[in-house]
Amino acid sequence: MKPARLTTHGILFGIGMTYVALLILLPIAVLAIRTAQLAPTDIWQILTASDTLAAFKVSFGQAFLASIFNTVTGVPVAYVLARYRFPGRKFLELWIDLPFALPTAVAGIAICGLYSESGWLGSLLAPLGIKIAYTTKGIFVALVFVGLPFVIRTVQPIVENLDLAEEEAAACLGASRFYTFRRVILPALMPAIVTGFSMAFARGLGEYGSVIFIAGNIPGESEILPLRIVHALESYDYATATILATTMLTISFAILIAINLLQRKHALKH
Amino acid sequence: MNSPTEEPTWLRRALIAFAFIHVALMIILPFASVIAQACSEGFATFTRTFSSRDTIHAIKLTLLIALIAVPINTLFGIAIAWGFTHVKIPGKRVLLALLDLPFSISPVVVGFLFILLLGKHGLFGGWLEARGIKIIFAFPGLLIVTLFVTMPYVAKELIPLMDGRGREEEEAARLLGAGWWRIFWRITFPEIKWGLLYGIILCTARSMGEFGAVAVVSGNIRGRTNTLPLHVEALFQDGDLPAASAAASVLAILGIVSLVARTITDIKAKAKSKN
Repeated sequence: MKPARLTTHGILFGIGMTYVALLILLPIAVLAIRTAQLAPTDIWQILTASDTLAAFKVSFGQAFLASIFNTVTGVPVAYVLARYRFPGRKFLELWIDLPFALPTAVAGIAICGLYSESGWLGSLLAPLGIKIAYTTKGIFVALVFVGLPFVIRTVQPIVENLDLAEEEAAACLGASRFYTFRRVILPALMPAIVTGFSMAFARGLGEYGSVIFIAGNIPGESEILPLRIVHALESYDYATATILATTMLTISFAILIAINLLQRKHALKH
Repeated sequence: MNSPTEEPTWLRRALIAFAFIHVALMIILPFASVIAQACSEGFATFTRTFSSRDTIHAIKLTLLIALIAVPINTLFGIAIAWGFTHVKIPGKRVLLALLDLPFSISPVVVGFLFILLLGKHGLFGGWLEARGIKIIFAFPGLLIVTLFVTMPYVAKELIPLMDGRGREEEEAARLLGAGWWRIFWRITFPEIKWGLLYGIILCTARSMGEFGAVAVVSGNIRGRTNTLPLHVEALFQDGDLPAASAAASVLAILGIVSLVARTITDIKAKAKSKN
């Protein structure tokens, strides 16, 4: 390309990239510098403090459980939406994206109201001795809500594009429908399922708005990692906030890279 | 008799029923419950909530932030997408991954990043304080974190639409002497307009609904730095669940609008690609 042609494109690209660098890279660089300035012994002490360990356990544990739940329930829903035609399908399609579109504070208050002891579901569960609001179960329920569309929306297009000939071949060779699903369909969906799971998990780890309404937020018990950072900031404990932020950012990066590699590997196969 | 690539009828019915029950229980029920809570004391709750000065201020603040952040990120989003799809440079995958970052970082970490950068003890804290400029715990801070979390929406919608489409027409127009603006307005824009509109709607919804990032940099001063989502939490902490739900149901409309917009823009985009 001649330099003269490049100018407008180049300028636009330069402006865009400067904006991205100032808005996203600069703050991350500052966080990295602040982390590097901390003494390794302090870092170790902060990461192994009992409240921090408890927050790690709550966040990772509940995000993992919620993503597993969303994967197990999401795959059949994605299959139904992709393969079957039935009345009300468009209606379902519309509602599935609601957790992406609803502000997290609304999700939080909605779930809290639903599962509190006077709520529609909470009042049914209370006589059975099941308490959800203000416990770690509340965190699970909130994370299920915000993560629900990920697996469905990554798996559904893959089901739509599956080659029916492979399934016909399996059936002609005498495979049962279940066997075909397990040995032909499921392996083809696996990369999308793992991607959807990872996205839901990453979202669950970082989620704040919807969780704090229902979690009870007791340090060492039902305090998630992002809330641990907020509590550290409120007590001007910048060292703890810095290290936890760096840890969370590193995990976000790692998941993002893993998803990218997975997609690239899968794209190369086809 | 079923075709060999279909499940038996009973299984199909069971799976469809499962999908309906799942969506009803997990998504529709919470949504209906917040609306019901807001209406539990009749219309009086709405009158009470929306005549309070703090609520009115929160709504104005939220609208003002969106009014500034959305146009900025729309313009930069177009520039990024255009540059990304028209300039040949190595390392584009890294750039694309960079655009995913605001979606994958915890909102609380986003808020904290800007406290480290612009807060009292932050990198530019001393410089700003010497000039009497307050960013964190004030309006500019709310605006900046909103710019961060809504940055990718327009660009990410546009990149797949601009990639590879209409390139011959662009080339022809350029050979005929059309300037950049004419090429964009006459050739690119008609191709991307529905995607652009959808990106803008998503960007608006997120900028009005953001909670975590603004919570960290807001300082939660009622009537000063409380946006509408933060005000929902403040009312909730007061124990006023009906008022909090009433404020939340206004925000819920945002969600519904973006869902309906998605459906409409999808239909329009499909109709276009069929032509």
